Amino acid sequence: MPTESAGEYAPVQSRARSFYGRYERKEDLEHQTHFCPGCGHGIVHKMIARAIDDLGVQDRTIMVGPVGCGVFTYYYFDVGNVQAAHGRAPAVATAIKRSRPESIVIGYQGDGDLSAIGAAEILHAANRGENITVVFVNNAIYSMTGGQAAPTTLVGMKSTTTPNGRNAATEGYPLHVCELLSTLQAPAYIERVGLGDNKQIWQAARAIRRALANQVHGLGFSLIEVLSPCPTIWKMTPVEAQRWVRGVMENEFRLGVFCDRTNERAVSADLRPVTPDPALDDLPRILGVARERLPGSEAQAFTPGREIDLEVRIAGFGGQGVLLLGEVLAEAGLDAGLEVSWLPSYGPEMRSGTSNCHVRLSRHAIDSPLVASPVVLVAMNEPSLRKFDRSVRSGGWVIYNGREFPADCARDGLNVLARPFTELADELGEKRAANMVMLGALLEITGVLPQASIDHALARLVKNPRWVELDQRALARGRELYQGSREG
Amino acid sequence: MTEADKPGQKQDRGRLCIDGEECKGCGLCIEACPPRVIAMSEPLNHYGYRTAIYAGAGCTGCGVCFMACPEPGAITVYRLVNAPGPGARSAQVAVEEASACAGS
Ligand code: SF4
Ligand code: SF4
Ligand code: SF4
Ligand SMILES: [Mg+2]
Repeated sequence: MPTESAGEYAPVQSRARSFYGRYERKEDLEHQTHFCPGCGHGIVHKMIARAIDDLGVQDRTIMVGPVGCGVFTYYYFDVGNVQAAHGRAPAVATAIKRSRPESIVIGYQGDGDLSAIGAAEILHAANRGENITVVFVNNAIYSMTGGQAAPTTLVGMKSTTTPNGRNAATEGYPLHVCELLSTLQAPAYIERVGLGDNKQIWQAARAIRRALANQVHGLGFSLIEVLSPCPTIWKMTPVEAQRWVRGVMENEFRLGVFCDRTNERAVSADLRPVTPDPALDDLPRILGVARERLPGSEAQAFTPGREIDLEVRIAGFGGQGVLLLGEVLAEAGLDAGLEVSWLPSYGPEMRSGTSNCHVRLSRHAIDSPLVASPVVLVAMNEPSLRKFDRSVRSGGWVIYNGREFPADCARDGLNVLARPFTELADELGEKRAANMVMLGALLEITGVLPQASIDHALARLVKNPRWVELDQRALARGRELYQGSREG
Repeated sequence: MTEADKPGQKQDRGRLCIDGEECKGCGLCIEACPPRVIAMSEPLNHYGYRTAIYAGAGCTGCGVCFMACPEPGAITVYRLVNAPGPGARSAQVAVEEASACAGS
């Protein structure tokens, strides 16, 4: 106990505020991280948390976690957290940073995640100079999955996939991420550090803090690679693993600063956008889809209050105008003030082959553009009918391009309008207008859209006036066909 | 009461507190400590790990062990503050924590 005359003790190093006090991952382990004893991940976590504390940015930090041993960042860091798909942290971090520029975004990735499956992601994020901070924990192996070789595995190093040691002739050489990325023009700061001894550890802490500060100052992309012990997979004691970082790994992966443009950046700021981001309301105009409400659209759209949730599947051969039919329908829905989605789905063939599309029109926000159980199926040929007829909802409709509806496709609760639409279109002067004849029938059956909206949609999507005129006649013909079928 | 706290003896500049529930016994702090004042316990903790223990004297408060330790809160390092007076209130709390830890 200190006596009266004794000095007092104050904490100088203790758990960072940016960590949770306990971890809710498992009831019995809430005092402990999931890392193995002596794992470098824990040390790097502490450096990041300390840097966040020191820079006072805990409230606006968003951590993007990886797949691998580092996956549980969200259990440990008391900041905003997102966990990205394998290798995709740089893309996720980009999106977060761009949509919330005031946030401080940290990508945390291991070497399997960043340098293998995510190699393209990190390359392009760095090349775009995203104003994010990436902490790259390199332990030269896939750890979580049990020790497979990574791009960073040393030549001669044994792993479950290189049982005789990595052979440069068959597996190539260790990938030097810092060296690669520092050939790019955009990154602001790239440094490789290690956890091999006390001196290295202090330097690593400084580098991580600096990389985060760069972002706070808006200087651009910073990446710190940390050579980090994995005692478990390396089959070493924690102390041996630490020495291996310094004695062996460091010989392959040179420590140091590979790129530092923070000074010039602070002055020139040449990567900052010259024009401010556009307002959301402005996007339709910029994309050329701005629309003044034309007279007659929304007012007479449909009975006010009527629920609309039209799910349509349109299928046929390529070249039959399947996608255009869907587009006109969706565009007209948009014109009428509805929520719409249009999702094309086609095979690899650029010509012929089959294609189909999903269209939804609703008064409410659309959750998914997929139409698994359509209310209306437009089948432009028999194979398409047979592919989708079972999926049509009971009480729904099939509009089928054929003289006879196949008997084995008929069932109770399925309404059918089967006509030789291609021939009927041919009579109008153009076989290829069959899609619009079928659309006319669909519009007449469902009655959800005013003619004015259809007209506007056609005017927007069909540039050739001859075709607009033809399509108008085709639509009218389709409407008549349905009315005729009811009278008959 | 540690040796260093005995009246008449020079106080250590630092003090170390190790949370036996969080420590995993990796030994990195033992390796890192310049004056070598950390050792490994014989008994196992709740999770089955031997844990690091402070020798009880000789800590300089350098903080090196904290940096080397992979666990977020296993180690707390305290340093002697020589200026009691206004603002020493939190330091006083810290003293109590440190003492409680040293006694455990
Ligand atoms: S396997 Fe390796 S990298 Fe994964 S937690 Fe254990 S020591 Fe850390
Ligand atoms: S603070 Fe420094 S002297 Fe004290 S125990 Fe830790 S490493 Fe050793
Ligand atoms: S470094 Fe941390 S976890 Fe490892 S023995 Fe020391 S206190 Fe325990
Ligand atoms: Mg790894």
